[in-house]
Amino acid sequence: MKEFLSSLLSSLDPQWMSLIWSLFQIAIVTACLILTVIFLVFFERKVIGYMHSRVGPNRVGPMGTLQSIADTIKLLLKEVIIPAKADKFFFLLSPILLLVPALAAWAVIPFSPEFIIADINAGLLYLLALTSFGVYGVILGGWASNSKYAFLGSMRAAAQMVAYEIAMGFALVGVLMASGSLKLGEIVAAQSGGVLSWFWVPLFPLFIVYFISGIAETNRHPFDLAEGEAEIVAGFHVEYSGIGFAIFFLAEYINMALISVLTSILFLGGWESFFAGLTFLEDSILAFVVEPSIFWLLIKALFFLFVFVWLRASFPRYRYDQLMSLGWKVLIPITIVWIGVECVMYVMQVGPWSVA
Amino acid sequence: MNMLQLLKKLSLIDFIKGFIVTLKAFFRRKVTVQYPEVKTPLSPRFRGKLALMRYDNGEERCIACKLCSAVCPAQAITIESEERADGSRRTVKFEIDAFKCIYCGFCEEACPVDSIVETNIFEYHMTENHQRIQTKEMLLATGDQHKDQTIKNKKKDSRYR
Repeated sequence: MKEFLSSLLSSLDPQWMSLIWSLFQIAIVTACLILTVIFLVFFERKVIGYMHSRVGPNRVGPMGTLQSIADTIKLLLKEVIIPAKADKFFFLLSPILLLVPALAAWAVIPFSPEFIIADINAGLLYLLALTSFGVYGVILGGWASNSKYAFLGSMRAAAQMVAYEIAMGFALVGVLMASGSLKLGEIVAAQSGGVLSWFWVPLFPLFIVYFISGIAETNRHPFDLAEGEAEIVAGFHVEYSGIGFAIFFLAEYINMALISVLTSILFLGGWESFFAGLTFLEDSILAFVVEPSIFWLLIKALFFLFVFVWLRASFPRYRYDQLMSLGWKVLIPITIVWIGVECVMYVMQVGPWSVA
Repeated sequence: MNMLQLLKKLSLIDFIKGFIVTLKAFFRRKVTVQYPEVKTPLSPRFRGKLALMRYDNGEERCIACKLCSAVCPAQAITIESEERADGSRRTVKFEIDAFKCIYCGFCEEACPVDSIVETNIFEYHMTENHQRIQTKEMLLATGDQHKDQTIKNKKKDSRYR
């Protein structure tokens, strides 16, 4: 693809060439993400329906597959209502503030050994910064709405984000210690060599903690106190309608996909195959199943997305004090203890450090 | 909290149990009826839209005794009567307010000449407020239209009355 483009634009300056190539990649990733969100909305409704012994949406299109496209069109055609006493500028700014970091975080995701938009050295730090930046959109949206429910929702989101950001950061420190690099591509490369050399084995508690705090970070069930439709109607986005509401939703689902992909990359070997390291397969006609490719990443991410939905169908929402005690008294101590255990593993030279 | 409880909590065993419950439901056979295409069977005793019946010679059964309007708990029935040239008493106005009617079936039980009946129609609607009043002509038309089905259902149910 890149060769084709460069032959097409060979007369251009190489600097312009790389800019066009980057823009092309960004367009592809963004388009795929929006399609993913459209699929995810349908997937979630269908899976939750099945778990409730219902059939879920099945009217629009074959098996209801066009349902979320119909919903999107409906939302786009709706009137955008701005409350009379709202701060108009911030009210309109906050959905964008939520969406931009959610999309920008995908710049450093290595989809396959070749395909990565920006292979920067501090990839992990960049991700940590951008995933926590999303909460500004939530807080600003709740504040600018000038509604007590929206404000309560955004206050809850802020406190929750502070509590779970720490646990998430510590879990990432564990990954950092095991891989010895902040580059996401190198983190995946450090996990090469079969299912058991992926980081979920030596870092199992961190893997669980990371996923749990990822759910809390995206304000999903059972940590969706910021929305809490039973207590505060819909939380921070209660005053939004039409496209503003759609953007909040879009950002939430993109974040969900991001956490799923990140969990796969950091703990389940990213693009590595499930069958890598099985030498008897490498010589047979099934050799293609040991090849690393983007499909393995997608399969792993899809599993975590299923867990997101599964969790929503299974458990009630946490009470606010339970949420805080889980974050501060359980998840953070576990991560700190496990970082200590990692130090012991490093000294004893087991797990990822055995070759060192 | 002792050590055993702590380990139980950390193993997330309760969460796994919950996950298994929903996963079982995921693979369970779905029993949803796809309504407009598939309909559930109706009992012959089903109480639907009201109708007025006629004798086989075309004469309306109603003798304007007003028992139905007296027994109606929602007071949905309005009747006005007059004497005909042949000396028989008939209704000139027989109206049912469909918004007041609670489909209890008392009128049908009170009727001495089996004039007012409840059919098994439950799919009907109105788009304007005034359409809620069902006049005598409309009720008789419903009765004519669904005569056979209604008589069949009443016969099936007669043993239990």
